[in-house]
Amino acid sequence: MVNIDWRLRRVGQTVFTAWAVITLSFVIVRMMPGNPMGAMIQQLEQRGMDPVRARQLVELRLSVDPTKPIPAAYVEYMVNMAQGNLGRSVYYQESVVDVIAQALPWTLFVLSWATFISFFIGISVGALMAYWEGGKLDVGLTSWAILMGSIPFYVLAIMLLIFMAYRWGWFPTGGRRATGVPPGLTWPYISGVIHHAALPILSMIVASGVASLGMRGNAIRVLGEDYLRVARLRGLSDVTISTQYVARNAILPMYTTLLIGIGEMFGGSIVLEQVFQYRGIGWYMLSATYQRDYPLMMGGFVVITLAVVIALLLADLTYGYLDPRARGQEHETY
Amino acid sequence: MTDASDDDGHNVGATGDADDFNGTTEAPDADSSRHADALSAIPSRDSTVADSTGTDAHAGSKPVRPDGGNVGVDSPFEVVSSVEETPLDRVRKAYDSYVRAPFFIVWTDWRARIGFTIVFTYLLMGIVGPHVIDPTEVGEAGALAKPFQNWEYPLGTDNMGRDLFSQVVFSTTEILKMVASGALATVGVGTFVGAVAGYKGGWVDTVLSSITDIFINLPGLPTVMVLALLLPIGGNPYVIGVLLSIAAWGGLARAIRSQMLTLRGESFVEASRAMGIPSRDIIFKEIVPHLMPFVVINLTNAARRVIFSAVGLYYLGILPFENLNWGITLNLAYGSGAHYRPGALHWFLVPMVAIVVFSVGLILLGQSLDRVFNPRVRARHEKRSEGVDGDGEDEAELTGEQMVGGV
Repeated sequence: MVNIDWRLRRVGQTVFTAWAVITLSFVIVRMMPGNPMGAMIQQLEQRGMDPVRARQLVELRLSVDPTKPIPAAYVEYMVNMAQGNLGRSVYYQESVVDVIAQALPWTLFVLSWATFISFFIGISVGALMAYWEGGKLDVGLTSWAILMGSIPFYVLAIMLLIFMAYRWGWFPTGGRRATGVPPGLTWPYISGVIHHAALPILSMIVASGVASLGMRGNAIRVLGEDYLRVARLRGLSDVTISTQYVARNAILPMYTTLLIGIGEMFGGSIVLEQVFQYRGIGWYMLSATYQRDYPLMMGGFVVITLAVVIALLLADLTYGYLDPRARGQEHETY
Repeated sequence: MTDASDDDGHNVGATGDADDFNGTTEAPDADSSRHADALSAIPSRDSTVADSTGTDAHAGSKPVRPDGGNVGVDSPFEVVSSVEETPLDRVRKAYDSYVRAPFFIVWTDWRARIGFTIVFTYLLMGIVGPHVIDPTEVGEAGALAKPFQNWEYPLGTDNMGRDLFSQVVFSTTEILKMVASGALATVGVGTFVGAVAGYKGGWVDTVLSSITDIFINLPGLPTVMVLALLLPIGGNPYVIGVLLSIAAWGGLARAIRSQMLTLRGESFVEASRAMGIPSRDIIFKEIVPHLMPFVVINLTNAARRVIFSAVGLYYLGILPFENLNWGITLNLAYGSGAHYRPGALHWFLVPMVAIVVFSVGLILLGQSLDRVFNPRVRARHEKRSEGVDGDGEDEAELTGEQMVGGV
């Protein structure tokens, strides 16, 4: 175990996590009290359907055979998952994979821009605050960031929706692209997409202002290090010091915070997309919940989780390159 | 074995306290004479040592200490408290170190004062409020009455004429219940798993860390959503709090584990292991107390998280409920179009302000707790005669921000 390459181990860990999550979803679907399968069968029977037929339908849709013993059903479920078969949506009468595949890019679009912009703003504002530590700007921005950090992003989203969309009409009140514009790489279409995504992105950026506080703390800590004094004594230029010494070391911990934030953002997209009626994966998962469309709901859950797991894997692997110290370390066993 | 170290701590504290006590009640002269009395009892041990070594001529007048030095009789280390510790003293001491000192330390900072006041107000509102204020009902007043117009319903009413102020007060109780169970569950599980994983290492660490990683990777809201829908949890706020902690403890466990990895190498841990203290006691009696500041600060963060996700889920209308709360008020407001209806803005604003103010209070409280646990601030408090010194501010600010940034 000691000699395995850390990247290989990290990938193994990810595969294990993915397996655990899918197993968990199986447990939820098949074994929990009040599980979706039983609920669906009940639903159909209440509509006067023949119990045998209802069972067959449910089996088709959830890709779990209710009559099989649990181990056999589990194997079948895993095989289906591995083949990308998440069942059929009851409400949309389409395969779950298709519904999710057309929704996921929109969510990724919003989330990646929100992450990117808030990371960028957090770093630059935090660096400025550290530079003018104790000044008026620093105190002001610190208080601002604390206040913003204490507003849940959905509260902010609702406020933005009320004022910027409904009252002042600067942005559309919902949807994800301009109506009546054919999709394609044309400016009207692209600008419509950006226009519709602006408010969701904005509400995530403002709410994540806490990042700047983290950056400020890191930068102040790095500024006090001895190696910086040495660097100055060596006569290195200010640019070299600030980019190669301060920034690089101060950003590293931020990167970890960002990574942990990815999962949170994906989860948050459910509320965000509901507020702005933005039809991404979160919106579909929520509407599936309302309609008791269990296959779509579980599919959304599995896909969101896998997306988070993969994002974290990519981030971790790149982190190893950014910070060589982070490449696997072993500890003595007590 | 652990008792030994524990007792040691007690004795040191007791001596200090007794001295303090004497200082306030008796004249210093009496005090020193007591010391001399106390000392006269001691030399027997020292003199035997001196006899056995038998090297020094003046051993009789100036006892040689076991370590070979000959520090004079005035050494404060030789003083034994001559005052018995009474139960009253003990209560007094506990009050001093757990209530009075933290309170005064916290009270020197304006942010802490605000934070404490806010959280205390919410507690009061949640515990006493429902007994003082009448529950609201449909048609109590006109629909969508403006706030601050009528003292019958100071914050206005919703579209069915229900008093929003009363709704806020009754919600607070529900939210506080969720916060209590959710924050305790998050911090309890997180600390336990993180501490054990970090200390034990080896396969225990591998297993626990893998479990932690799975829970960190679970996106919080969808998981809780699916579970809330499928589990027969009912509307019990305590159960919902615990449910919300499922997706929250992982981060804390990971943080505690990494702190543990640095602490486990400390010499006091090595000493404890050499003495054969069981791992359980080393972890929870020796090391975890060192992490208490971190844990308690995370308690306020966990509380904030519980509020955010609970209100978010209620806003989505997913969680079952028995009584109104902030999230449901938001849900009803959104559901009946208060976001585009003119004159309904206060319906959103009232629960939102309630959430944001509570959250600001919790952040400020977290920062001030950081001060309470900071030994340097504590020491300054003990020295200080009275009056505020300015440079405590920066320090608290710094540590406070690390806390915010790190989570």
